[in-house]
Amino acid sequence: MELVNIALKAIFVENMALAFFLGMCSFLAVSKKVDTAMGLGLAVIVVLGITVPLNNLIKNCLLDLGALTWLLGDQAADIDLSFLGLIAYISTIAAVVQIVEMAIDKFSPALYATLGVFVPLIAVNCAILGGSMFMAQRDYTFAESAVYGVSSGVGWWMAILALAAIREKLRYSNVPPSLRGLGITFITTGLMSLGFMIFAGIQL
Amino acid sequence: MKPLRRLLDRIAPQFEEGGKWKKAYPLWEALDSFLYTPGIRTSSGPHIRDGNDMKRTMVTVVVALIPCTLFAWFNTGFQEMQALDPSIAGPAQVDWIAAILKGLGVFLPLYIVTVAVGGALETLFAVVRKHEINEGFLVTSLLFPLILPPTLPLWQVGLGIAFGVVLGKEVFGGTGMNILNPALTGRIFLYFAYPARMSGDGVWTASPESWADGYSGATPLARFYSEGSASLETLDWWDSFWGFIPGSLGETCVAACLLGAAILVFTKVGSWRIMLSCVLGLVGTTLLFNALAPDPGHYLAIPWEWQLVTGGFAFGAVFMATDPVSAAQTRTGMWIYGALIGALTVMVRVLNPAYPEGMMLAIIFMNIFAPVIDHYVVRANIRRRERRLGLQ
Repeated sequence: MELVNIALKAIFVENMALAFFLGMCSFLAVSKKVDTAMGLGLAVIVVLGITVPLNNLIKNCLLDLGALTWLLGDQAADIDLSFLGLIAYISTIAAVVQIVEMAIDKFSPALYATLGVFVPLIAVNCAILGGSMFMAQRDYTFAESAVYGVSSGVGWWMAILALAAIREKLRYSNVPPSLRGLGITFITTGLMSLGFMIFAGIQL
Repeated sequence: MKPLRRLLDRIAPQFEEGGKWKKAYPLWEALDSFLYTPGIRTSSGPHIRDGNDMKRTMVTVVVALIPCTLFAWFNTGFQEMQALDPSIAGPAQVDWIAAILKGLGVFLPLYIVTVAVGGALETLFAVVRKHEINEGFLVTSLLFPLILPPTLPLWQVGLGIAFGVVLGKEVFGGTGMNILNPALTGRIFLYFAYPARMSGDGVWTASPESWADGYSGATPLARFYSEGSASLETLDWWDSFWGFIPGSLGETCVAACLLGAAILVFTKVGSWRIMLSCVLGLVGTTLLFNALAPDPGHYLAIPWEWQLVTGGFAFGAVFMATDPVSAAQTRTGMWIYGALIGALTVMVRVLNPAYPEGMMLAIIFMNIFAPVIDHYVVRANIRRRERRLGLQ
């Protein structure tokens, strides 16, 4: 039940894109077409689903106060490496993104062609780092962090998919010239997050 | 009527290309086409999605809203009388004319501010962007006051409709090009910006200081949450059905909404698929929650026939969810869209203590996802036909 709670909260209540406004650069840049948005969204789910539990392991087995005792014995009980957290999480993310990029290139050249430069962009996507930072801040266990990683990715995927479909529909709209492109996308994002406030305050 | 037509024709050249008032052409055009059927066809956006004539569509919705509006006048007055004098047990004991006049005293200021502020912005955009003032604004401006609590300060009414018209509609290019329902956008904005004036027990009838002893002012939905299903014993289902309960101006009367629904479905302006699937979604989800209720007195155990007649559900399902611009446009999409609105409504009502009413929020949320639903319904159809033709 606790896991379901975390999942629902990460998808709806604390949506990465629409409640925290994380990962905005790729959220706005890659949402012109539903198909590319779908690809990027899935990539984010995969990357978040791998990096958050991986970082959780790194945090619990290497970085936390006394986490190294399994390796060095009792003399490591007062070693606290948590100041390395940020660097460690970013390196993990960068490595995983590289691997995911190679995997997409190998197994789905069509997807690779459409995503193009955007997959490496995920490496610096703040939603990914945000996932790991939230995990560290909230002291999730391994199972919790796996659920949290996947479901916050799902939340981001839902948001970018909805935005992409809206933007495809907006092609028929007569938006004022000065607002075309990013301007109207920002307004749309704002309205979407207004809609997502439906879930604010839900207690599960 | 002939002299009026002649007058309009005589001043027409002033507003056309080269005339003295050509900047104000949208105003002349709006006046002309509100009064007479124009000889020209709609040439902008809505044609892409809807082959129907805009003017007739919008006027049909206004006609369908008339029962709700008339009832809103009466009920607003009636609720106020009841709040001041608890000895009034039912609508039969009040002077209907007095109640309607009292209600008009509340409705008219709200409506006038909505039309004045919204209309001014609409005209401004029409003049600057050189498009027509559309009949769609008639619908938005009538819907908006009907979904507000009667005690809302007028400056908030103006602010709400300004937000709805400008950010909900005009920045996307005007009628037929918006993604969210403009009236609802305005309401949701007010709801989150000024929660104290948009929800709670004190906003549905005249000011709480003047209430008679023992009058609580709570809507049935709020009481479900605070008292559980015990509240059902002191409430009358038929009161809820006919709408003699506190609530937003026009949303209380399910009977009037049904009348409106009949007009919309008969004229094929509103989609019966969306209305029906909203109801099915709501009933299904309520049954599920009923099964989950820990004990029969719990608020999860409120039966579906009550969920149907309380809050803004009927009004939302008939007039808001069916908005042809912001709803899903494919037939399968409509079923999914409506069912999710119904389901989300109950979810918010039951699970989210912050918001006793979920209908308006659920519709806005599904407006956001309607384009995705359509996209994948169309995609699935293409794939199915490709397979049928052996292309895949």
